[in-house]
Amino acid sequence: MTGRVVAALARLLAGGYVRWDAPPPNGEPRVYFANHTSHLDFVLLWSYLPPSQRRRTRPVAARDYWEKGPLRRYFINRVFCGLLIDRSGPDARGAVDRMAEQVAAGDSLILFPEGTRGTGDRIAPFKAGLFHLCEAEPDVELVPVSLENLNRVLPKGELIPVPMVSRVIFGPTLRLEDGETKETFLARARTALKALREDGR
Amino acid sequence: MIEDRELLWLLTGLAGTLALATAAGQTLRLSVGGDTIANVNARIGAWWVMSIAFVAATLTGGIGSLVLFALLSMLALREFVTLSPTGRGDHRALAWSFFVVIPLQYVLVGIHWYGLFSILIPVYGFLFIATRIVLSGETEGFLERTATIQWGLMACVYCVSYAPALMLLDIDGYDASSGKLLLFLVVVVQSSDVLQFVWGKLIGRRRIAPTVSPNKTWEGFVGGVACATLVGTGLWWATPFNPWQAAAMSFVIAIAGFAGGLVMSAIKRDRGVKDFGSLLPGHGGVLDRIDSLLFAAPIFFHLTRFFF
Repeated sequence: MTGRVVAALARLLAGGYVRWDAPPPNGEPRVYFANHTSHLDFVLLWSYLPPSQRRRTRPVAARDYWEKGPLRRYFINRVFCGLLIDRSGPDARGAVDRMAEQVAAGDSLILFPEGTRGTGDRIAPFKAGLFHLCEAEPDVELVPVSLENLNRVLPKGELIPVPMVSRVIFGPTLRLEDGETKETFLARARTALKALREDGR
Repeated sequence: MIEDRELLWLLTGLAGTLALATAAGQTLRLSVGGDTIANVNARIGAWWVMSIAFVAATLTGGIGSLVLFALLSMLALREFVTLSPTGRGDHRALAWSFFVVIPLQYVLVGIHWYGLFSILIPVYGFLFIATRIVLSGETEGFLERTATIQWGLMACVYCVSYAPALMLLDIDGYDASSGKLLLFLVVVVQSSDVLQFVWGKLIGRRRIAPTVSPNKTWEGFVGGVACATLVGTGLWWATPFNPWQAAAMSFVIAIAGFAGGLVMSAIKRDRGVKDFGSLLPGHGGVLDRIDSLLFAAPIFFHLTRFFF
């Protein structure tokens, strides 16, 4: 219930043009990976998934941010069923293991492989986590998702969002190829994401 | 439920017109088909939704209309700002515009404070937005960014708020609070749009503003304005006007609406887009639908307030 209200509000605030180049989700676990400029990124992406898929699609989120304060904790745990990971510290590999466990259990993930929010001018090089996740679960389908204009809805450092029309594009799926190196794969995934953007950056 | 007989007639007429349009659209789909007909049918479908939302809001009295038009202002400003060259430094000014200026404007309309609602945005909003933006310290494109937001507020909020303000007019021997005058304005302005489109498609040849909007023709303009004037004249019984006055008002509404559509087209053309949004199937965004209302509402309000 709360989920539906949150999804409707997110689309009223920041929704706009949405396009699926990927086949619609069929219940098989998927990893949606998107560019990251705003805290609203995963909320809007999640709100455009079919309601039946939302429960089983878990945003991967930074523990240090989302465990501050009861409101954030409530939303990330109860509404979005987020998978909280430690960004810093020695346990970065443990995060990949936990993501792989979720995928193996049949859940989908929302991931921001840039690792942190950017200004929206360009997509930063991807962190290795996406590659290691695919190594552990080579059969999982990846869906690049381009989110445009969210950096204007709620940029870094702002508290109040401003309504804005956005573009959300679910690109064609891809997979880790046999024998593909980390560098090639990450570059290919990033290129697939960039290709969805209007300015191609 | 509705005791006002004239209002009942207006609503029956509206529903009848839409039913006729639906029937015609479906007949054309089966006999002719094609993309244009599909687009027209999508538009008719959206017309039903818009009409029902609008009538439901109007029937609840002033509050419903105020909430509906405040929401329309937000959606319109959202589309406007999306296509504007605003930057990081404008975020706070925009947050104020959406969450303080818009509610305040409609509250002022709601409490009948004409003296303040008619100057809130042109005077205080004008000064406040510039001040709030300068405080961000970002000077690049300052005047362009500031002027754009001010223009957006004037068009999407100030002008739109004149529509529900019609329900608050004091007119001797006429109950404006029933929403009939608002319905009159919206019916005339929107039928002018539709009839200009229809006449333009049927016999339109000479372009009226080729660099701005290639679809607008002289034939569409004359036919649409003339027919909308007839529609408005035929509705004189629901207004405080006699038939001649209703004709003059409808004519002014249709002309102002045409100007609004043209101006918003110029903005879209400059930004390189066809529509402001994609919220309404076949129509584009909210701003695409209400562009003619923007210009017609304040003029109609002031003419009525001055002469009646």
